[in-house]
Amino acid sequence: MNIARRLLITVPYAWLVALFLVPFLIVFKISLSDYAISIPPYTPTLELEEGWPGFRAFWAGLDFENFVFLSEDSLYIKAYWSSLKIAVLATFFTLLIGFPFAYAIANAPQEWRPSLLLLIILPFWTSFLIRIYALIGIISNEGFLNQFLMWTGIISDPLVIMNTNTAVYIGIVYTYLPFMVLPIYATLEKLDGSLLEAAQDLGCTRTSAFWSVTIHLAKPGIIAGCFLVFIPALGEFVIPSLLGGSRTLMIGKVLWEEFFSNRDWPLASAVAVILLLVLIIPIILFQRNEQKHREQNK
Amino acid sequence: MKLFTTLSTIALCAIAQSALAEEVRIYNWSDYIDEDLLDQFEAETGIEVIYDVFDSNEVLETKMLAGSSGYDIVVPTGDFLQRQIQAGAFQQLDLSKLPNHSNVWDLIEARTAQYDPDNAYSINYMWGTTGIGVNVNKVAEVLGDDAQIGSLDLIFNPENMEKLAECGVYFLDAPTEVIPAALAYLGEAPDSQDPDVLALAEPLLTAVAPYVAKYNSSEYINALANGDICVAFGWSGDVLQARDRADEAENGVEIAYNAPSEGALMWFDQMAIPVDAPNPDAAHAFLNFILDAENMAAASNYVYYANGNLASQEFLFEDVIDDPAIYPDEATLENLYTATPYEPRVQRTVTRMWTKVKSGT
Repeated sequence: MNIARRLLITVPYAWLVALFLVPFLIVFKISLSDYAISIPPYTPTLELEEGWPGFRAFWAGLDFENFVFLSEDSLYIKAYWSSLKIAVLATFFTLLIGFPFAYAIANAPQEWRPSLLLLIILPFWTSFLIRIYALIGIISNEGFLNQFLMWTGIISDPLVIMNTNTAVYIGIVYTYLPFMVLPIYATLEKLDGSLLEAAQDLGCTRTSAFWSVTIHLAKPGIIAGCFLVFIPALGEFVIPSLLGGSRTLMIGKVLWEEFFSNRDWPLASAVAVILLLVLIIPIILFQRNEQKHREQNK
Repeated sequence: MKLFTTLSTIALCAIAQSALAEEVRIYNWSDYIDEDLLDQFEAETGIEVIYDVFDSNEVLETKMLAGSSGYDIVVPTGDFLQRQIQAGAFQQLDLSKLPNHSNVWDLIEARTAQYDPDNAYSINYMWGTTGIGVNVNKVAEVLGDDAQIGSLDLIFNPENMEKLAECGVYFLDAPTEVIPAALAYLGEAPDSQDPDVLALAEPLLTAVAPYVAKYNSSEYINALANGDICVAFGWSGDVLQARDRADEAENGVEIAYNAPSEGALMWFDQMAIPVDAPNPDAAHAFLNFILDAENMAAASNYVYYANGNLASQEFLFEDVIDDPAIYPDEATLENLYTATPYEPRVQRTVTRMWTKVKSGT
């Protein structure tokens, strides 16, 4: 029994090691090497057939030069900061829009729910790129939105949304909305309606019952939704490069430039390693905190 | 058991088929070939063409340097080709498999030899200039009828750009194209590698950056043709394709291309075979096909770029061979300059400057 259980646990661990830890170590190794005109474009590379001396030479060629460089140029810190800002705000907006969606679906008559959920998932059946291009067709200077608003006479000059940060926010919120709605819906659906009645019987107003019962019980869903939006939004590359303007500074774009324009894989890897740390450290801290809470409540 | 036999027979047949069907995988620039030529090649040789496109040398180069790209033919521009040859990314051409190689234009070969000595690794596909595409009517509307549409002053003078921003300006997202032009405008050597000289381009580019709606290397064809923008700093043939699309759409948009009077960058897109190409024989077959005078002419007639194939010139349409924007006259030809690849350290400075120009940081 015990062995079977352990075997079962090794499956997710093996998954993590093979698809996260090993690739991470490879990227980390590249971040310690130097640029070279060769295939692959960095040096040193580990030659296994050269044996121990080869490994020593390889080891001696690694250094933290690239990380030092990252700290010297303000571009990188600004890009991390601006990505964080965009990701946090976009997550907030997605929550603001996604929660009412989830709440409405969870409170809709039972027989409607599957169709409403389907409507949320339906856009996923279209390619992500096509959806982004459709969005361009809507928000560009001569797009549907501006044509409609100008036709109604609300505005006389087209709204400039395309190629600005606003377009990036719209793109992220639109693309990641289902990732917010679905986990929140999953928690709200299980919510026991009698708890709200009990709260009101015990003197809560409807609003305070909503805050202390509904929101409180939906918290795991909200947190899961926020992570599902925030993490990919932080490293997002496609949305800012298609919808954003040249002034939209995001770490995904900086990473692309390092990798493609400068052909500097080592430095690009260093940027990626830091990005991972920026993501992972807060998540680990958060989880520790949650665990502590749970233990205290016991 | 019978079912098993049938299934395995089918499977074996499928494997045999896929081994027999020859493929050639080509990675070329977007909007850069008459697709009928690909069908013609398949019909003539029985080799299936798998055709992918890119819109920046950087993307291609990263694939080349990563290795095992799986492509049989790729089309880098001269200065990029030079560095990739240095990295060992290409194999030497086997001229015995390229009987049509005798069609090449020695004048162009002499120029491409600076990137690929003896032209051992590549053949010229197309060449062209980098210059200014304008929507003639809109620019006249904004700047008046006497606007200097053939001068870099149009795009590097903030006063002009401020007005042009109303109708939209796109720049190539390629520092290796825009920075040499900025240096030419300032009267410096366009292919300078001196960081102090390169630094002179930054204030100039920063001053006009607020008026550039987008830095992109492929979208300006459609944007110009639709009338969404009025000026594009881009590649000659792309602007001419925009002109052609606008003509076809009969939307009243009139596009013109000019190689800047201050001098224009002349570039060469070279077809080469990666060192690890899965099917170098098919690649040579395709190169020989494209070196055929009539095929090459068909390609140029379609994309409005000049080619490095002398024999093809008798098959070119008059509006291609006689258009000085495509086949420049002697005077313009003398005014063209070429670029050399940046040293890694200089490349970093250039990319950093480009990021700073575009993003303000």
